[in-house]
Amino acid sequence: MNRILATAASEFRIAFRNRWVTIATAMMVLFALVLAAAGSAPTGDVGVDRLSVTIASLTSLAVYLVPLLALLMSFDAVAGEVERGTLPLLLTYPVSRLQVLLGKLIAHSAILALAVTLGYGAAALVAVWSDPKAVQGLGSLWRLIWTSVLLGATFLCAGYTLSALARRPSGAAGLAIALWLVAVVLYDLALLALIVSDGGGDLTTQALPIALLANPADAFRVFNLAAAQAVAIAGGIGGAADAIPLWQSATSLALWPLVALALAVAAFRKVTP
Amino acid sequence: MTPTLKISQLTKRFGEVEALQAVSLSLEAGKRAALLGHNGAGKSTLMKIVLGLIPFDGGEVSVCGTTPGSPAARSQVAYLPENAAFHPALTGEEQLRHYLALRGENPKLAMDLLARVGLEKAARRRIGTYSKGMRQRVGLAQTLIGHPRLLVLDEPTSGLDPVSRRDFYNLLDGLSAEGTAILLSSHVLTEVEARTDTILILSGGKLVAEGTLSALRAQAALPVNMLVRPADGHAKSLASALPEAVSGNDGLLRLTCTQAEKLPLLARISALGAGVADLDVIPPSLEDIYSHFSRRDGQ
Repeated sequence: MNRILATAASEFRIAFRNRWVTIATAMMVLFALVLAAAGSAPTGDVGVDRLSVTIASLTSLAVYLVPLLALLMSFDAVAGEVERGTLPLLLTYPVSRLQVLLGKLIAHSAILALAVTLGYGAAALVAVWSDPKAVQGLGSLWRLIWTSVLLGATFLCAGYTLSALARRPSGAAGLAIALWLVAVVLYDLALLALIVSDGGGDLTTQALPIALLANPADAFRVFNLAAAQAVAIAGGIGGAADAIPLWQSATSLALWPLVALALAVAAFRKVTP
Repeated sequence: MTPTLKISQLTKRFGEVEALQAVSLSLEAGKRAALLGHNGAGKSTLMKIVLGLIPFDGGEVSVCGTTPGSPAARSQVAYLPENAAFHPALTGEEQLRHYLALRGENPKLAMDLLARVGLEKAARRRIGTYSKGMRQRVGLAQTLIGHPRLLVLDEPTSGLDPVSRRDFYNLLDGLSAEGTAILLSSHVLTEVEARTDTILILSGGKLVAEGTLSALRAQAALPVNMLVRPADGHAKSLASALPEAVSGNDGLLRLTCTQAEKLPLLARISALGAGVADLDVIPPSLEDIYSHFSRRDGQ
C-alpha cells in the first residue's frame, strides 16, 4: 500500500508541476460557469429548481470534458516513462506493475475529482445564489461528482492501456484522441442514426439500452439524467434514460473502471523495457 | 557459500540473432566483476536478464538464490542503468524519497544518500536542471538504498569526470567490503582495471575471456615494445647493433619482443653503454589486451 501511495504522491507532484492540476481545474470551472450563466434560459416554465437545470447541462458537458481531460493526463503514463528511459529502473524495484498503475490512477483521479468538484461547485454556487430553492439539487450535484470520477477513472485506465500499447507518446496521443472521438462523439451519432432508421422498432427498444450501457460515457449520462429526473430537459440520446433502470447504469459505471484497469495492466505487462 | 549471482549456459536470441551464447559465470558476495565488450556484445542484454527485465531462452540464472525478477530478487538487487534518467519535474530529494518508499525504507534518508554522492547542495533543485554527471550521481545514490546484495551497474562511470570516477570506485570499495557483489559493465578497460576482482570479456554474445587482469595479460602473451633513443652521433652504430629495430622519423628505434625475450634484449641494449641516451619499455596496454580477446573470433 505504501508503494502505491508513494507513487501517487510523486505522480501528483509531477502533474502539479506540469500544471495539469491548474489546467484541469481552470477548464472545468470556466465551462461550468459558462453553462451556469447560459442555463438560466430554460428555468421557470419547466418547474424545477435552478440547480437541477444546471446539473442537466453539466452532465452533457462532463460527458465530453471528463474523458478528454482523463485521456490528456494519462496518454503519457507508460509511453513517457519508456521515452524518458525511466521505466527499466522503475521495474527493477520491488513494486508490481499493478501497483505502479494504481499509484498513477489515484493521483490522476484525485486531480479530476478536485477539478470537477471546483467546477461543478462554482456552477452550483451561481445557481444557489440566484435561486435559493436550488439547494434541493445538492444531492444530484454530489451524484454528478462521484460519477464523473468513475467516468474519469475509466478513461484514465483506457489512456494507460493506449499508452502501453503505443509505447511512444506521439502514438499514444493519436490513439487517445481517436478513442475520445469514437467513444464520446461517433458512438452517439451512430446510435442516433440507428434510432432514426429503425423508427422506434425492435432494434431501438432491445439493442439501444444495451448499447448505452456498453459505453461508459452513455451510462454516465443515462444514470445522472435518470437519477435527477431531468430527462425532460435533456433530450437527445439522454431521452432514452427512462427506459434503463438506475441499477443497471450504476453497475455499468462501477464496472467500467475495473475492466479498463484490467486491460491497462494486461497491456503494461506486455511492455518489455 | 552459494554465489550471489550464478549463470550457467545462458542463451538469449532476438529473432535470428544470438545475443548470448552459453554464457556461464558466478559472482560471490563482496566480489567485483567487470563486464567488457563492444556495443552490441551482449552486456546490456546479460544485465537485463539478471535484473529480470527480459526473459531468456536457455540455461539457468540464479540471483540471490531465487529467480531473476522475482519480488525476493528485486528487493535485494539494485540497478544503475546506462544514462540514468529521472523525471525532470522532480527534485533530486523527491526522486530519492520516492525510491526509498518503493524499497520500504524511510524516505527521510534521502538527504544522507545524496550527501554520500556529493549532491546535497543540489538536492532541492529539479533534476531537469542537472548535468549528466549529476544525474548519474542520483542514479548511484538510489543504488545505495537498503544494502543491496547485488549491484548491477551499466556503464556507471560514463559521464563522470576523473575525480568523481575515483569517488565512485571508493564507494564501490566500501560496498564490496560490506559483502555486496558488484557486476559492472564498461567498454573502457582502463576505467575498471585495478578496481575489480574479475574481468569478463564478452564478444558477439560469447564469454571469450575471464580472469584477473594479470591472468589475462599472461594469457594474451602480447609482445612488449621498446623505444631506444640513440645518443648524439650514435644513431648509425646503434642501428647496426640492433638489426631487428625499426627506425622512425623521430630518430627513435622501435623494437618488439615476446615476454620471454624481454630481459635478454634489455641486457643487450644496456651493454651498448653510452650509445643509448634513453630507453622506454612499453608493456601491452589494457586496450591491447582487450582488443586481443574481443577480436579473437575474427570480428
